[in-house]
Amino acid sequence: MEETDSAAVARARSGDSDAFRSLVERHGRNVFRLAFRMTGNETDAEDIVQETFLKAYKQLNRYESRSSFGTWLYRIAANCSLDLIRTRKARHHSTVNNEEDRDLMQSIPSLEPGPDRLAVSKQIEQRLTAAMEELSQQERTAFVLRHFEGMPIEEIASVLGVAGNAAKHSVFRAVQKLRKALEPVVEPV
Amino acid sequence: MNHPSEEQLILYYYGEETAPLTAHFTACEECRDEYRKLQRVLNTAECLPVPERAPDYGTQVWKRLQPAVGGRSRRFWLAQPAWRYLAASGMATALLALAFLAGRYAQHPKSTAQIAAAPARERILLVAVGDHLQRSQVVLAELSNLGAGQKGRVDIGYEQRAAEDLLDSSRLFRMTAASNGDNATANLLDELERVLLDVAHAPADVSPGELEQLQKRISDAGILFKVRVFALRVEQQDNAGPTL
Repeated sequence: MEETDSAAVARARSGDSDAFRSLVERHGRNVFRLAFRMTGNETDAEDIVQETFLKAYKQLNRYESRSSFGTWLYRIAANCSLDLIRTRKARHHSTVNNEEDRDLMQSIPSLEPGPDRLAVSKQIEQRLTAAMEELSQQERTAFVLRHFEGMPIEEIASVLGVAGNAAKHSVFRAVQKLRKALEPVVEPV
Repeated sequence: MNHPSEEQLILYYYGEETAPLTAHFTACEECRDEYRKLQRVLNTAECLPVPERAPDYGTQVWKRLQPAVGGRSRRFWLAQPAWRYLAASGMATALLALAFLAGRYAQHPKSTAQIAAAPARERILLVAVGDHLQRSQVVLAELSNLGAGQKGRVDIGYEQRAAEDLLDSSRLFRMTAASNGDNATANLLDELERVLLDVAHAPADVSPGELEQLQKRISDAGILFKVRVFALRVEQQDNAGPTL
């Protein structure tokens, strides 16, 4: 029977590196996915994975089992991602240009109705990436955790360290902004 | 008829709305259309691809982490950049001092004792230089692999600090090698020193162009290759024992 996260954490705290190894192996891919969706960059996501687990290891004694280990780890990963996004934004302006955006939207061909609508073109991906970059840090985190990770609102609130209602409204605002950006692209003719 | 709000539709999409909206959609075409619009956008977002990672990705991550977290002991702290290089510099200086001391004591008893002590001194120096070259190799290799696909400025602060630390020990090793008449080692350390100097003097965050120039400098000097070959030679000599 597979050891629970809590049991592995307890062993890792007592200095058992194999226990921490099992936590890394169990959560590595999820942390990468979260980091990539938060940053949109593979190299950054890899760095965030490393940083997340290093921080988790160093702060293992601070982990309280009130939330699941995964939730705690996602909180660290989300914060590492946000730190990196902040640094990146401070270093250079966004490369997204509004004029270029408008041109891009005009150049996107209409999609035929049907299931193939879900076949997202490269241009839609770019539009989506740009729209994601326009979200505030809290909105982006809340949306990524809710939409991609399937995390319930209450758990998202725990990750963000805010009230449930605030987390819910972050998701709402994110969806509203994405709708505004994406509806003209995905609307049927 | 009470129409659901956009917020309710969003919660419904995520399975967190408890109100029975399905029945409402059957009766209200307007809300049904509104929900479809929302669905289209959110389904599109859902299809944003994420690079796949192998099932053993966690194991790969662990391998990279292991040197840092392999045991809760001094090694963990030594794995942190600042401590690692401080410790490395300290060790290099200590080994160098030992090499000098070995030489110093070897010179007093003269003749046979001096001859016997010389290999010991060279051996200590050899180990210290080998360790120094290996650390230099790691820093230069890290720098050479940085920034692939990156558009913005790249932070090389970590490599820069490491290069600064290595510069000091490199100078001492070069001078010692030169005074011992070991020109091959002195020449290599001289070349290495120049490259390390360029790294140490570069800005802490470089543009992709500047990084490329730095990487070209490393590549043109062929320093990584030379260091690898030399380090290998040192390792072989070290393994061969004290009969150098």
